Amino acid sequence: MTIASSSPPSRLPTGAAAEVRSRTGPPPGGAGEDRGDGRLAALFIAPALLGFLVFLLWPTLRGVYLSFTRYNLLTPAQWVGLDNYVRMVNDPIFWNSLWVTVEYVVINIGVQTAAALAIAVLLQRLTRSAVLRGIVLTPYLMSNVVAGLVWLWLLDTQLGIGNEIIGAAGLDRVPFLADETWAIPTIALINVWRHVGYTALLLFAGLQAIPDDMYEAARVDGASEWRMFWRITMPLLRPVLAVVLIMTVIGSFQVFDTVAVTTAGGPANATNVLQYYIYGSAFGRFQFGYASAMSVALLAVLSAITVLQYRLTRAGRTDLG
Amino acid sequence: MTAVTTTTPARVRPARRAFPFGRAVAWTVMGLIVLVTLLPFYWILRTALSSNAGLGADPTDPLPVGLTLGGFERALGLQSAEEAIAQGGAGGGLDFWRYLLNSVLVSTLITGCQIFFSAMAAYAFARLRWRGRDAVFGLFLAGMMVPAIFTLLPNFVLVKQLHLVDTLLGIALPTMFMTPFAVFFLRQFFLNIPREVEEAALLDGAGKVRIFFRVVLPMASTPLVTLGVLTYITSWNDYFWPLMVSYSDSSRVLTVALAIFRAQTPATGVDWSGLMAATLIAALPMLVLFACFARRIVSSIGFTGIK
Repeated sequence: MTIASSSPPSRLPTGAAAEVRSRTGPPPGGAGEDRGDGRLAALFIAPALLGFLVFLLWPTLRGVYLSFTRYNLLTPAQWVGLDNYVRMVNDPIFWNSLWVTVEYVVINIGVQTAAALAIAVLLQRLTRSAVLRGIVLTPYLMSNVVAGLVWLWLLDTQLGIGNEIIGAAGLDRVPFLADETWAIPTIALINVWRHVGYTALLLFAGLQAIPDDMYEAARVDGASEWRMFWRITMPLLRPVLAVVLIMTVIGSFQVFDTVAVTTAGGPANATNVLQYYIYGSAFGRFQFGYASAMSVALLAVLSAITVLQYRLTRAGRTDLG
Repeated sequence: MTAVTTTTPARVRPARRAFPFGRAVAWTVMGLIVLVTLLPFYWILRTALSSNAGLGADPTDPLPVGLTLGGFERALGLQSAEEAIAQGGAGGGLDFWRYLLNSVLVSTLITGCQIFFSAMAAYAFARLRWRGRDAVFGLFLAGMMVPAIFTLLPNFVLVKQLHLVDTLLGIALPTMFMTPFAVFFLRQFFLNIPREVEEAALLDGAGKVRIFFRVVLPMASTPLVTLGVLTYITSWNDYFWPLMVSYSDSSRVLTVALAIFRAQTPATGVDWSGLMAATLIAALPMLVLFACFARRIVSSIGFTGIK
């Protein structure tokens, strides 16, 4: 295991000098007797690189390739050019899925970002208790499946405590997950419940980078909390908020688990989100080519959103430090 | 942690006159948030300990109705089919002990390997000098841009061709070697370790492999543990990928089993008691894990989350 380590050069005690030397030219290949750690590095990088090439890079390329084929897993993939894409553009269920997904993302991200921001600011300005932060994070420890099932029960039309309360208030019971209008907002809010704490802690970390004396100074000047939020918190948090938004929007577009266990895409395609439709096409109807084409479309949408958000929010500065 | 609140209350008081009211409102909101966060957990427990008949008779009682462990017995496959059906279960015979074991195996395999291999790669990127280092690292960074979900379908095709469908290894394989994020995160940490520490060891004649294991890894124990716990939680909670890969008991993990439990239970009278008991079994290990490392995780989430 100590192939390359037996002959470390007498390196200068200051790292900087070594750094400069390493930049001045490629390490001499082959000999291995001096500064280059080639063989050792190959050993260290090998497992991760293997995983990267085989399970990330290769499937990415293959996913794009499959989108131009007809493929049912059993017979070899057959090149069909743009057929899958033509079909996709003419597929009303695809457009419905895309629309439903966008509706979900707008509600999910809108509510989640506002709530997370509120929680983060409360944690920052009211108390910095680690216990409270821990409590806020607990739903994140549940899987989406667990969160989905729990809320399925809480919101059950017949016996769920949510509807019992609504009923006791003299209102009509709401079939939250069985109604075409309510299903998507309900699923969006279930996922807010699970993810809002994590998002809040990300924002909280960003808030901690804002120096306390700014608030002190503003308070001495008689500024209200509301004013401080808009004049100090928001402008300084913007870069962090932008990165968090990009991350959560990308995650939100991939919604699948909650739909799968609560509504299975129904009623009448009302919650047939894109990822669920893709899954059904591949594993229900064995149209892996078509499913891949829709995946590519989703990838394109996500990339476009990332670039757009990045531009709009000028999130060039992402490091908290 | 509470240093902020001690700042000169006397001098600031005039500006704060209206504040106590605002504070009261803020605390109320915070209290509501805590309530909404935690009540569902209590309701899981309350339901799991109730009988299905009791749940139907009294849906609003804050305490378990008809206190029984029947729900847990059904989830763990301890009841006979007749008994289960009599108590409102499906009698499908799911064995959550087995799924629990599968989940533990898969999550442990993924976490252990992924963290170790990622740490090795991160060290190579941070400290070793080799040709093409920056190019390869750039490639890894670009990999972070591909949503994991895009690789699932092609990865399934690959795992099928490797004849690893319906095996625990097949579930673990795609995330076992690395995630770009883990490599990136650990590289950042390794870069911040003072070079002098390693150089001192080098001068003492230690090899770089030895330095990695004896100096660098121990110094990085905090981020390694944090990353490890988060990875464990993520793989434990994963549903989509195991759903694709596992078909039978031999590779079924808890999330998939839960969804099957839900699908099996009669649509007319759902076995809520059994379902919530199963849910609790699936969630409890993560709650315990979190309880052990809560402080560390909570305080380091900003850094692991961004980028």
